[in-house]
Amino acid sequence: MPVLQKAGTVKSKQGSISQSQPAKVPNAKLAKATSKKKDEDDGTEMGDGTEEWMQGKTLIKPPDQLDLTEAELKEEFTRILTANNPHAPQNIVRYSFKERAYKPISSVDQLAVHFVLEGNLLHQDSDEARRQRAKQGMTEEKAPVVSTPTETDEEKPETSAAVEDPVEGEAETEEGGPEERAESAEIKGGKHEQKLTNQFNFSERASQTLNNPLRQRECQTEPPPRANFSATANQWEIYDAYVEDLQKQEKNKEKQRALPFKKEEDRGKKKTMQTETQSDDITKVAMVAKIIERMVNQNTFDDIAQDFKYFEDASDEFREQEGTLLPLWKFQYDKAKRLAVTALCWNQQYKDMFAVGLGSYDFTKQGRGMLLFYTLKNSTFPEFIFPTTSGVMCLDIHPSLSFLVAVGFYDGCVAVYNLKEESPQPVYKSTAKSGKHTDPVWQVKWQKDDMDNNHNFFSVSSDGRVVSWTLVKNELVFTDVIKLSIHGAVTEGPEGLQLPTMACGTSFDFHKQTDYLFLVGTEEGKIHKCSKAYSSLFLETYHAHNMAVDTVRWNHFHPKVFISCSSDWTVKIWDHTIKTPMFTFDLNSAVGDVAWSPYSSTVFAAVTADGKVHVFDLNINKYEALCQQPVVAKKKTKLTHIEFNPVYPIIIVGDDRGYVTSLKLSPNLRKKPKEKKGQEVPKGPEVEIAKMEKLLSLLREPGSSS
Amino acid sequence: MSEVEETLKRIQTHKGVIGTIVANAEGIPIRTTLDNSTTVQYAGLLHQLTMKARSTVRDIDPQNDLTFLRIRSKKHEIMVAPEKEYLLIVIQNPSE
Repeated sequence: MPVLQKAGTVKSKQGSISQSQPAKVPNAKLAKATSKKKDEDDGTEMGDGTEEWMQGKTLIKPPDQLDLTEAELKEEFTRILTANNPHAPQNIVRYSFKERAYKPISSVDQLAVHFVLEGNLLHQDSDEARRQRAKQGMTEEKAPVVSTPTETDEEKPETSAAVEDPVEGEAETEEGGPEERAESAEIKGGKHEQKLTNQFNFSERASQTLNNPLRQRECQTEPPPRANFSATANQWEIYDAYVEDLQKQEKNKEKQRALPFKKEEDRGKKKTMQTETQSDDITKVAMVAKIIERMVNQNTFDDIAQDFKYFEDASDEFREQEGTLLPLWKFQYDKAKRLAVTALCWNQQYKDMFAVGLGSYDFTKQGRGMLLFYTLKNSTFPEFIFPTTSGVMCLDIHPSLSFLVAVGFYDGCVAVYNLKEESPQPVYKSTAKSGKHTDPVWQVKWQKDDMDNNHNFFSVSSDGRVVSWTLVKNELVFTDVIKLSIHGAVTEGPEGLQLPTMACGTSFDFHKQTDYLFLVGTEEGKIHKCSKAYSSLFLETYHAHNMAVDTVRWNHFHPKVFISCSSDWTVKIWDHTIKTPMFTFDLNSAVGDVAWSPYSSTVFAAVTADGKVHVFDLNINKYEALCQQPVVAKKKTKLTHIEFNPVYPIIIVGDDRGYVTSLKLSPNLRKKPKEKKGQEVPKGPEVEIAKMEKLLSLLREPGSSS
Repeated sequence: MSEVEETLKRIQTHKGVIGTIVANAEGIPIRTTLDNSTTVQYAGLLHQLTMKARSTVRDIDPQNDLTFLRIRSKKHEIMVAPEKEYLLIVIQNPSE
């Protein structure tokens, strides 16, 4: 039956398909075409059945078909089916306004209509049919014949199909559609009988189910707390984090190592923690408070600080052989006002710092003493304060371990203070049992560490002993180095039979280069040259002064030269190989202290009881001081001690009222010898030695000749 | 009286010193010798400045640290010494 339908379908769908279709092939194709059409017509009803429907079809031979022989059947006719209309013109041209020329048109309409026929059949139930029937009652009989299906099933659809035309009205096409369906159903019906519904008389039934009403349910949770965090990662923050992490790791390691002792440690920690929290938080600003205090001082004494750094006395240029001292800071401490400065010592490591020993030289006014540490950065208040029960007579700061300070007292004790310790008590102190001196200790001096790397220092006292003290663990071990016997000293003279055997040492100094060599000044005014190796023998004895030798000091540069001073108003310079002094200076007052300058072999300064500082440069003037300057406020004040700063051109002088004054040396007082000639300035200790040697040689020659 | 208190007292009695402020790490004054509003203003502003200065120093070299900051103005000199948790501020009139 689909075959029969073909003509109409072909025409409608592919009008231009050439008539030269192969006779046998088209079935499938046409069937497809029809099924396609059906799909368009009525939805999905038969969509699935297409395949079955094609398989189930049977070939029906038309009666007028030619009978062909086998050979004829097998003959192949090759025909190419194209969609082009062979009669369509191919040379149509149109004027293109764009290009201003006639252009052939590429797309030519290929549609060709071969046959058009208006149908003349009507459905018997349609209005028109009824109208026709009403018009001609005669046709009434015929009509059923037309409408009812005849035996020649094939013929009727053939005609109807032939009649069918897509161009016809809607009613017509609709009519064709259902018919086809009925027929296809009938073909299926071969397999199972199915009651056909009347496609023109059916009703649609629908029912609506009850829909549950939509319901919305929401709930809101409390939003999790939010916080904004922003930070910039600096290089140092990263660094800090790493350092912290490192410390943590190390702590963990330590913990693992010290697990058995952990409990005890923890307890200790807790205790310390508690004490820390208990102490007022303000203590943490101790360090910064100190800094601030210094800065406040710097602001207050700004002019002094400027002078210290930059002021050079311009008038020195016009005075050849004179110099001046510019007073800088004054150091005083209220609680030390009545005490005399008995010792001064610069710190060799922190060169702005010095120690002051306070006590009394008056035999009748002995009592408490004090040990103070000042820095040039803060003149108003000492850095460290150590009150002592007995007067301090001497002190020395360890040259390399500057926190160790050896102190000698009036009561004969020696002690060592540690600035790192908080306590006001010394870390070492000699006792009566451990060989303390029986008379005031006049000088202490640190020595190089001994063979066991123990720190040790020497002391000299009026009891005539020079003692070496060694710091062993937590006690002082003493060794008598030498006993100053009068006998040893007075071998030449016949006197001294009734005198006690001991002489009183008042000062000493150790040779800068030769370790074992040292000098001891005594109350009798003699200076003994001694060796650490011989405990009872003097290498030499100089009859130096008529009164007690207050100070004796080796020159910093020249290995043979030393200086001594005494209350007999004199300062003497010696060559230790010669028993008579090389120079003698009378200062018209008791000389309290004398010191070599650290920058020149020929410069020294002395302080006298009349409150004057005398500065000499032998290279410039061998007879008189370059500078004699009273530096005390009150006339009666005595100067007791003097020290040169190791680097800066300043000196500090102490008086018997507890004041310490710092003074700046004017350019003339620290003149380099050849500077003014504009030549290259030779420097170094050799030059300094040579300078001194030159002076000495002038003196020696007449001495040796005489 | 502790040593620090003594030091602070000495600073305050020094010539030209107008005020001393100790502030904590947040710049909140803990003790002061000035009046309330001035103290708060000084502490807050100088804290910021000090932190910035410290940051600068440490950015250049993380192992370095700021120890002291002094600001010289026409009228005063403001000295700030930062400690780990505290800030010591002293205002001085150096020309006095």
